[in-house]
Amino acid sequence: MRGGRLLFARLSLTLAEGEAAIVTGPNGVGKSSLLRLAAGLIAPFEGGVARTGRMALMTEDIALDPERRLGDALLFWGRLDRPADVRGRVAEALEAVGLAELAEVPVRLLSTGQRRRAALARVLAARAALWLLDEPGNGLDADGVAMLERVIAQHRADGGAVLLTTHQPLGLAEAKPLALDGFVPA
Amino acid sequence: MSIALTLIARDVRRGYAGGGAALVCGFFLLAVVLFPFAIGPDRAVLVRVGAGAIWVAALLAALLPVERLVAPDVESGWFDQIRVHGLSLPLVMALRIVAHWLAFAPPLMLAALVAAGLFGLEAAALVRVEAGLLLGTPGLAALAVATGALTAGLRGAGGLAGLLLLPLALPLLIFGAGSGDMGALKLLAAVSLMLVAGAPWVAAAAIRSVRD
Repeated sequence: MRGGRLLFARLSLTLAEGEAAIVTGPNGVGKSSLLRLAAGLIAPFEGGVARTGRMALMTEDIALDPERRLGDALLFWGRLDRPADVRGRVAEALEAVGLAELAEVPVRLLSTGQRRRAALARVLAARAALWLLDEPGNGLDADGVAMLERVIAQHRADGGAVLLTTHQPLGLAEAKPLALDGFVPA
Repeated sequence: MSIALTLIARDVRRGYAGGGAALVCGFFLLAVVLFPFAIGPDRAVLVRVGAGAIWVAALLAALLPVERLVAPDVESGWFDQIRVHGLSLPLVMALRIVAHWLAFAPPLMLAALVAAGLFGLEAAALVRVEAGLLLGTPGLAALAVATGALTAGLRGAGGLAGLLLLPLALPLLIFGAGSGDMGALKLLAAVSLMLVAGAPWVAAAAIRSVRD
């Protein structure tokens, strides 16, 4: 439900280890709401969401302190995820998204694309089993999209699962399509 | 570092960053300095109104950081990530109150020493004022955080925060400014404790209602 309106009904989706699902649909159909529902940020009107393992969420809000250096901002979330080897995990994540050289730069000075990469680095450093990615390709250049496809493929190969929304075609092998068209069955 | 310490350290750093604490102290002292100009240099009068003036200035200074206590984190999706991490919002808000108190109260209590000098308060009166601030500022910090959450994302949040916070802070002002005896201090501590106990739940509910 959003604003008293039913967004979708009779929706069933299961993601096992190594699986991915791509949610598509026009603006306002409820893609982001579906992700927030999966993350437990909103409750379903009816039914439920069951999860095993930890999850990481990436939305358009990057949730990194703008005044802090990128590396330190990521360390904060890394410490909340798990304290062990947090510096190593953050360094690896920054390397994977191509921002290793910007670790000392304040977050507020990053470009839109770099901020998206930084948000992805936060997800990577969390080492969570389930990734929930809302339009992860927005603002990324061609190299960025290739990097995104690479890290998602690696995550799945490591046994992780991914639920993402997108407007642009992404090269994800054997991903389950889930098209939301705004039609709600009576 | 534990999760609680990580959260407190972040918020304390933000409190002091960019001269936030210095701004509160500067405003507090400026407000205090206005009183002698307004009521005249009569020493006996200044001594009599000193504690009350210090508390009024403290309340006004407490309004300054309200807008940046919660709203930026609501807008940046920070609280969504906190919830995804499975952390309890009321607990996180309780820690934020602790952090805000650490960034707000010690500098204010130091500035109150200067203010007490301006009013010519004697040592015993100064001790009473500082004891009142020590007991009352946790309640003031709790009110500021709750008000910051309730007004997050609203247009004109700064003005609205004043309308919300100042009436709710009246018990603190009454028992703080009149903290001449142990009874007033006990009542001040009780009000402060009540605010600290209730504010995290209010703030958490406000944040959920904004983001859900």
